[in-house]
Amino acid sequence: MSLTEENGLSTDQNRSPIQNRSLTLTAADSPVVDHGPVNTPPVPRVTQAPPPAAPAAPETAEEGGRRGVKLAKISRRGDRVFSGFAGGSGVLIVALVAFVGIFLIVIAAPSLAANTADFFTSREWTVSGDTLAFGIAGLLWTTVLSAALAMVIAVPIAIGVALCITQYVPRRLSNGLAFVVDLLAAVPSIIFGLWGITVLAPLLLPAQSWLSTNLGWFPLFAVGLSSGGTVFVASIVLAIMILPIITAISRDVFDQTPHDHIEAAWALGATRWEMIRTAVLPYGRTGVVSASMLGLGRALGETIAVMIILSTPAPGAAFNPSVFAGGETFASKIANAASEFDTPAKTGAYIAAGLVLFVITFVVNAIARTIADRGVRS
Amino acid sequence: MISNRLIAGRVAAASAVATLAAFGLTACGSDPTPTAAGGEPAGSSSASGLACPAGKLTGEGSTAQGNAMSEVIANYGDACGSKATIEYNPTGSGAGIKQFYGGLVDFAGSDSALKTEEKDGVIEADKAKERCGGNPAWNIPMVVGPIAFAYNLEGVDKLILTPEVLSQIFTGKITTWNDPAIAKLNSGANLPSSKISVFFRSDESGTTENVSKFLKAAGDGAWTAEPSKSWTGTGEGKNKSSGVADGVKSTPGSISYMEWSYAKDNGLATAQLDNGGGATELTAETVGKALSQAQVKGSGNDLALSLKYTDTGAGAYPALLVTYEIVCSKGLAAEQTAVLTDFLGFFSSTKTQSSLEELGYAPLPTDLQTKVASAVKAIQ
Repeated sequence: MSLTEENGLSTDQNRSPIQNRSLTLTAADSPVVDHGPVNTPPVPRVTQAPPPAAPAAPETAEEGGRRGVKLAKISRRGDRVFSGFAGGSGVLIVALVAFVGIFLIVIAAPSLAANTADFFTSREWTVSGDTLAFGIAGLLWTTVLSAALAMVIAVPIAIGVALCITQYVPRRLSNGLAFVVDLLAAVPSIIFGLWGITVLAPLLLPAQSWLSTNLGWFPLFAVGLSSGGTVFVASIVLAIMILPIITAISRDVFDQTPHDHIEAAWALGATRWEMIRTAVLPYGRTGVVSASMLGLGRALGETIAVMIILSTPAPGAAFNPSVFAGGETFASKIANAASEFDTPAKTGAYIAAGLVLFVITFVVNAIARTIADRGVRS
Repeated sequence: MISNRLIAGRVAAASAVATLAAFGLTACGSDPTPTAAGGEPAGSSSASGLACPAGKLTGEGSTAQGNAMSEVIANYGDACGSKATIEYNPTGSGAGIKQFYGGLVDFAGSDSALKTEEKDGVIEADKAKERCGGNPAWNIPMVVGPIAFAYNLEGVDKLILTPEVLSQIFTGKITTWNDPAIAKLNSGANLPSSKISVFFRSDESGTTENVSKFLKAAGDGAWTAEPSKSWTGTGEGKNKSSGVADGVKSTPGSISYMEWSYAKDNGLATAQLDNGGGATELTAETVGKALSQAQVKGSGNDLALSLKYTDTGAGAYPALLVTYEIVCSKGLAAEQTAVLTDFLGFFSSTKTQSSLEELGYAPLPTDLQTKVASAVKAIQ
């Protein structure tokens, strides 16, 4: 039996004695009876007057003056309203994600059931006419390849820019540099797509042909298209698009490195790079991982820029895993066909592709969360 | 004490607000309706006999006639003092027909006539008849879009191709420019040994459908796939005709098919077609000559055409697509019908049709134009 129960106070009375009585506690006020020396036999139960049902009325100044302190009435309404609001927002978000997931599943299910090809390993895409045969293998490869390549290019550069802004460059210049990087985030993605295909692609063609002729033995660099609509160009444009996101968050995280850690590194005689390596980067690890996952999410879902840049392979063409081949990502394939959803079966097939992208993003974010949490705990 | 940073911050905020306000105020101009580029003299409404009723008309459909539509809507507005509001939304033939028989728009623009057989669970002609209150819907050809085969070959100003060789190029059987089949047709040209890069429309397109119809009919068996809105040949897919045109423009040794206006706008060379009658260049006259051999397969005022792709004779360019305006013969609300008949009458007039040529379309040949005009007058 707990002490509170022993002494007759029920446990759901959250009020402390202080709220029910005056601030000055005398021996007579205390619910705990003095049992004398501690090692005496079990003490008898102490009954005491139940606390008043209503909260004590605010005391007059005179009485308070007599007692020494004036108490304010604590209202719980603000707490209730805010906790309700916060809880409601949380529920709303989960409900929204659930609704989107349910919508995707409900629309895709009939088409998936009627699918005659293996959904995960086939590259076929016949969605009009009587037979449905569609598979996402090609889409999955191109989406993952372009996003991974974009991350490989963008993350080191973003960390470098963030370190430059926070550690190397003087304050005045760093604000200007940060401003310019944030401007990059404000450029609409269709502009990136048009710029990529008209300006960047012709510039990259010589590099593309050099790489494919000299490193063509490696399957990822095999000979592909002779035009600029390759995964290579698309990945570079994606990297430019996700760079500001990763840089902005990494910059904030590096800025918050405790000065104690930095000072300690300096005190131990570290050079600037050693200080960054031992104090800044380990502290910012989880933040950089979260930032990269945000960037990856954008790279996976980017639609318009990829649709404009990538050349679609001809139906029935052989699979070319090269980065110099064309392809379609989930998002660009759905966008390409969006105006021609004339039958439920066709719509369901495309929505099934969207569902796979939804699941991939979910999984990637879950992995990111575990990495981040592990970092926090350690 | 106010720090310099605070002042700088306030100045930055004020200038940001000013910039945003400036951008916002630019939107307070008048609606950017396309203005007519030339042509219509002020007194033309009385001359061309337009009734100019007031009202609102909405249409949706084919992108191939998108440029023609906006130009004609602007000219009609000029001629009639903008009394009527006409809107056309180029979302694609399929979407346009669906919206039309769904009752959401007053007419549809489509690159192919309403289908009378069942496709994907629906017979378009029947659904349209339902929409028109039991009265048949008519396919009225209005915009003739020649299909150009644009190529990018350094030093080759004239390229002659037959439909058979084109089919072989588009299906990947001919892979290099100096292939004997191409060299035979172009004895004087300096054809390189580089690979042919083919571009196609990655989105579903009426242009693709008409090209495949043409190649299947005229290709002498070199094109075996069924005509469809999705490409069945080889090559790289690009989004919309603008993407395809950009692709050809930027890739040496490439070839593709696109509406004539896109080839013109991008300054691309177009191949001459030899359909058995000798090399024919793409001009409005040669297209008109091929179109005048088309047969009307609809009955009465339903002018659905069956285009002639083979044996078109000398001086005819048979690779073309016709965009129909799909209208209710009867059953549309009176206000919309008045605007529709007036607008389509203006559209089918000789003056408007010939003004479309500079946009890359061909005018309707005279006999077809007469039939179209009388069909428009018969709309109730």
